[in-house]
Amino acid sequence: MDRRIRVLIAKPGLDGHDRGAKVVARALRDAGMEVIYTGLRQTPEMIVSAALQEDVDAIGLSILSGAHMHYFREVKRLLDEQGASDILLFGGGIIPDEDVPKLKALGVAEVFGPGTSTQEIVDFLRRAVPEKWRAEGMA
Amino acid sequence: MRKKHDWMRETYQKSLEKMPERPVAHRTLSGIAPEPLYTPEDIGVLDPEYEEKRGYPGEYPYTRGVYGSMYRSKLWTMRMFAGFGTAEQTNERFKKLLKAGQTGLSVAFDLPTLMGYDSDHPLSKGEVGKCGVAVSSLADMEVLFEGIDLEAVTTSMTINSPANAIWAMYLAVAKKRGHDWKKLGGTIQNDILKEFIAQKEFIFPPEPSVKLVIDTFEWGPKNVPKWNFISVSGYHIREAGSTAVQELAWTLADGFEYVEAALKRGLDVDEFAPRISFFFDVHNDFFEEIAKFRAARRIWAKEMRHRYGAKNPQSWMLRTHAQTAGVSLTAQQPLNNIARVAIQALAAVLGGTNSLHTDAYDEALALPTEESATIALRTQQIIAYETGVTHTIDPLAGSYYVEWLTDEMERQAMAIIEEIRRMGGVVRAIEEGYFLRELAEASYRYQQEVERKERIIVGVNAFTDEIPLKVPIQLVDPEVEKVQAERLARVRRERDPKRVEEALEGLRRAAVEGQNTMPHFVDCALAYCTLGEMMDVLREVYGVYQEPAYV
Repeated sequence: MDRRIRVLIAKPGLDGHDRGAKVVARALRDAGMEVIYTGLRQTPEMIVSAALQEDVDAIGLSILSGAHMHYFREVKRLLDEQGASDILLFGGGIIPDEDVPKLKALGVAEVFGPGTSTQEIVDFLRRAVPEKWRAEGMA
Repeated sequence: MRKKHDWMRETYQKSLEKMPERPVAHRTLSGIAPEPLYTPEDIGVLDPEYEEKRGYPGEYPYTRGVYGSMYRSKLWTMRMFAGFGTAEQTNERFKKLLKAGQTGLSVAFDLPTLMGYDSDHPLSKGEVGKCGVAVSSLADMEVLFEGIDLEAVTTSMTINSPANAIWAMYLAVAKKRGHDWKKLGGTIQNDILKEFIAQKEFIFPPEPSVKLVIDTFEWGPKNVPKWNFISVSGYHIREAGSTAVQELAWTLADGFEYVEAALKRGLDVDEFAPRISFFFDVHNDFFEEIAKFRAARRIWAKEMRHRYGAKNPQSWMLRTHAQTAGVSLTAQQPLNNIARVAIQALAAVLGGTNSLHTDAYDEALALPTEESATIALRTQQIIAYETGVTHTIDPLAGSYYVEWLTDEMERQAMAIIEEIRRMGGVVRAIEEGYFLRELAEASYRYQQEVERKERIIVGVNAFTDEIPLKVPIQLVDPEVEKVQAERLARVRRERDPKRVEEALEGLRRAAVEGQNTMPHFVDCALAYCTLGEMMDVLREVYGVYQEPAYV
């Protein structure tokens, strides 16, 4: 019985640049994952509540406006608050290199910059999500 | 066929009377002096379609340029887009750019401003001043243009859904300083259709959004006659993943949609059409981009003349700004972007653009630093002053490939324009999700081509050995939010509340009754109503738009 990976792709905040989010969503779907795309202008509350409702394994945030520190922090805080720290948080967009370690320190699993191939994101999820499942099985 | 010397005697000379040739050596490095224009006559060939398809610069169908003497007399406007943080910081950057030889200002606003929220609105948190400057009221606008003579510069403002309000604030600054609105020049982007198609910075549903745009068509020519009240934009369509042909077709279809809406309101085409301007992307495929600009001018001229019955030649001219393709810039090996930008900028110039912004090499990482923005401006200056491409007008005309490609792009774009017309126009096509589907397809197809290495991107999927490089990044001061909130609090404290209330009520009434909103926006700006207050009045009247989440 093959369990399918479930991913929520979200566009937090006011930024409407959704090309990357949509391309990634479609590539993950083509790779056999179940993908929920939230659409534009989501608050952190909306994103986390959708993630819990849909029982996803991972959330991918796409942010090109420069407000990434704020949104990743908020989404992570709400996940922890809701007892959903196990949901993998990853993301991409226009994010300066020096912010990547700061995001990882917040608990963001991976940040994919411009020019990343969709295959890299697929490979990351295929590796990280089953690891998470195994850890849960042992808990 | 009309002879070149007739064109020289008539159109070229007339153009020189307005704007003499630039006092630089119009000679090659070997001392050869090119003529202002070359035609089939010069190489002794016949081109039976010359007049119909190519014509002369400054004459219908404008394939070879909208002005008679083009860059021989006047270079394109080097207009660098800038804006970040507080109004004070951007004002300082503007003054530096003007000192560096820039010839026009171009304002980038932050996301809260673009979406019609004040800086202290809860949804603005984390976004204030991040990808542009924050403007929430006339007080910010006054600071933004402090010490800059509004009659001496032209200002372009990249603002769409709240364009009426932001334009009114600019005009209010001018009024308070005693400037004559008739002398003001500039552009507001104000193209809401491409927001629904591509950039997604919409507030209200399509129909009232277009109504607000047409308010500026009606009010602009009478009150601020030299202002371009719209810049119909393909740039964002392309950045969102379209092809060059789709960009060309959809942008012109948007333009025609506005023309039809204005005609429906009973406006005279020759009164508003001369003030419509355009904005195109310029990407990597060199000849395709050049052909795109030439085809755009030809399509616009033909349709405006024959379909919409415009009689004033200025209504036939497609005047355009161009910007190098942000989406083509790589975060990997960022210095390579300097080469990309130079090649793209050259294509825009060979395509006959009237104004140009060149991207900075670090824009796939963050907002440009002063140094990277300066290199981008210098890139334009090198093309303008060192390459000799400005000696003669439309130098690639008559190239078998360029002329064929110009025809081919026109043919394909017209087929798409006709398809949109059959759907009932752009607004109907938006409502049917046509553009969303087409864009999703085109951008996914491109991504797959890259991943299969059918398309090579240097430094990304080939030639990837990286020399470690530290790119200095422009960081936005987190204090911006505080400074903005304090200024807003002061504005709300010090203004006359009765005047604010009356101005907002006037705006509401105009919206409800379908009157022109522009005079009321000016009243609101002068009364120091905030952007959020004005937009909230309209949100209440028009409702807000939610697009379907389509992947």
